[in-house]
Amino acid sequence: MATLTIKDLHVAIDGKEILRGVNLEIKGGEFHAIMGPNGTGKSTLSAAIMGHPKYEVTKGSITLDGQDVLEMEVDERARAGLFLAMQYPSEISGVTNADFLRSAINARRGEGNEISLMKFIRQLDEKMAFLEMNPDMAHRYLNEGFSGGEKKRNEILQLMMLQPKIAILDEIDSGLDIDALKVVAKGVNEMRNSEFGCLIITHYQRLLNYITPDYVHVMMQGRIVKSGGPELAQRLEAEGYDWIKKELGIEDEVVEQEA
Amino acid sequence: MIETKLPFDQQYVRSFSEGRGEPDWLLNVRLQALAQAEQLPLPKPDKTKIDRWNFTQFSTHLVESAPLSSLEELPEQVKVLIDIDEQQKNVYVQRDHTCAYVSLADELKEKGVIFTDLATAVREHSDLVQKYFMDGVKVNEHRLTALHAALVNSGVFVYVPKHVQIDVPLQAVYVHEKAEALFNHVIIVADVGSKVTYVENYISTCERSEAIVNIVTEVFARDDAQVFFGAVDNLAKGTTVYVNRRGVTGRHARIEWALGLMNDGNTISENITRLIGDGSVGDTKTVVVSRGEQVQNFTTSVIHYGKHTEGYILKHGVVKDEATSIFNGIGKIEHGASKSNAEQESRVLMLSPKGRGDANPILLIDEDDVTAGHAASVGRVDPTQLYYLMSRGIPKTEAERLIIHGFLAPVVNEIPIERVKKQLIEVIERKVK
Repeated sequence: MATLTIKDLHVAIDGKEILRGVNLEIKGGEFHAIMGPNGTGKSTLSAAIMGHPKYEVTKGSITLDGQDVLEMEVDERARAGLFLAMQYPSEISGVTNADFLRSAINARRGEGNEISLMKFIRQLDEKMAFLEMNPDMAHRYLNEGFSGGEKKRNEILQLMMLQPKIAILDEIDSGLDIDALKVVAKGVNEMRNSEFGCLIITHYQRLLNYITPDYVHVMMQGRIVKSGGPELAQRLEAEGYDWIKKELGIEDEVVEQEA
Repeated sequence: MIETKLPFDQQYVRSFSEGRGEPDWLLNVRLQALAQAEQLPLPKPDKTKIDRWNFTQFSTHLVESAPLSSLEELPEQVKVLIDIDEQQKNVYVQRDHTCAYVSLADELKEKGVIFTDLATAVREHSDLVQKYFMDGVKVNEHRLTALHAALVNSGVFVYVPKHVQIDVPLQAVYVHEKAEALFNHVIIVADVGSKVTYVENYISTCERSEAIVNIVTEVFARDDAQVFFGAVDNLAKGTTVYVNRRGVTGRHARIEWALGLMNDGNTISENITRLIGDGSVGDTKTVVVSRGEQVQNFTTSVIHYGKHTEGYILKHGVVKDEATSIFNGIGKIEHGASKSNAEQESRVLMLSPKGRGDANPILLIDEDDVTAGHAASVGRVDPTQLYYLMSRGIPKTEAERLIIHGFLAPVVNEIPIERVKKQLIEVIERKVK
């Protein structure tokens, strides 16, 4: 069973410290949610785990099953079993969704062990149908001209096709209407098994009505300031974040500029 | 300084023309062109200095090659381009200056379609060739057009009669084996209401240290005709290329170009579409890969004369190593070409800090009631795109490969012959590696 362990993680961007000591452990089978107002470091955490080149880890460690993730290139992290569903997926002209996915699958499987075209197409058709995606999307260029909702579905499609050990979903609910949200949640729930761990980053409790987390964490000032079970998310929905700030004596929860 | 005196004189040209049994009109064109070639200056491609390039000095004007008794005799790299098993082939293969193989489906012959080497066309259809030869491109444009007309030593003539619509592509393969100087001339005439797709390859099987290739291509789409023109140029390093592809449209005619320009030597490429007829359309798509130390200049121009004409220019170039690529895109709307639309997009992807890439979008508009737009950029592989692909487990080199192929896809996907498309992909693969 996979375990992602984050210890005392400090991360800076352009010399400015955003994360100031994050501790978190995600095991296979567990769903964690990180909530918090905008600008508290949630997306920075996801980018640092995946290895975005703009984010500099200044202190602390990230390990996956004991292996040092910080020593790995972005693609090595992915092949080791990490996945990040991005808030703003890139558009790549001229590369079809299907060709991209096949390259990604084969990169994991390695040379000489490529997936057969038939098997790939079967899996792709199946997952796309499950996510209620138009079959044309397989042959469209990667995310090019996709609506916000289509991009998010496409991220979940990749998640389902690639079957990582640990996935981070960065604001997968932003910009989704309720029907699209349900489809995305259906995809994530389909992944749930004793091997698969998931970190859901959101600032709306709404998503958690459809994907029930085992653990809920609140992030402020670049740290996890409070953890609990699903009931914590419900209280945040009902009462907002002010009671936590009061309880912890936090005046300004923000550490980063709004993008 | 490069020698400016031309290596071949009137006497040579006369005996060459007579030796081929050419009609007087062609001999006269040649002789007049030769006289002009001595006077005219070289072309002046924007931002590329070519006065030291050798376009004119060579010692052998003609080499003899044997025709092929079967396409099986072709070297592998050429054979892969052609569907040899197809019974009713529409294929022309040229070895240096010699028509080595030509085949046209009976059905097309019966409809009056002509698809033959230029020398044969001059003998059998003299009036038709005379009407179009050096009509789209004028002899006196500059020294290289004049020299071309004087010394043309190979090429193809395509004629599609009125209202004949050909669904299958006509394919031409020009193999450069040992010629020191290739003056290749291609004429495509799509008569009123006709439709044709023509795809050509220029390919080197040799690696000559020095060779000169001077290509003039004239495409005429008469009223309501449609021409799709695909090309993959893949001439070897050391070959200095001047290639001029010119289109002229009649009323409501359409010319579409998909050009994969993959030469390894220094190249000046001009592709000009003149939209004469009202309501006609010119659509130019070009992709280029430059590598090594080669210097290339690509000028794409659509000139609007007719009303309601539409011109589109799309150019995507990749520059690596210490190569230089200049991309000039010119949309020109003449006075009177009202309601016309000129659009262009030029993008250059730099893979090396030592390369040079320039994208120069130019709009010249002499009419008020028109629309026009342009976009141009020179940049590196987007690190965010790389990050995204790598975050799915794709290694960096493969991620870059995907992005580059994607960048060149707008032309690659347009090539209508699967084998030629595949070869273009392989050439790109080899060049960007």
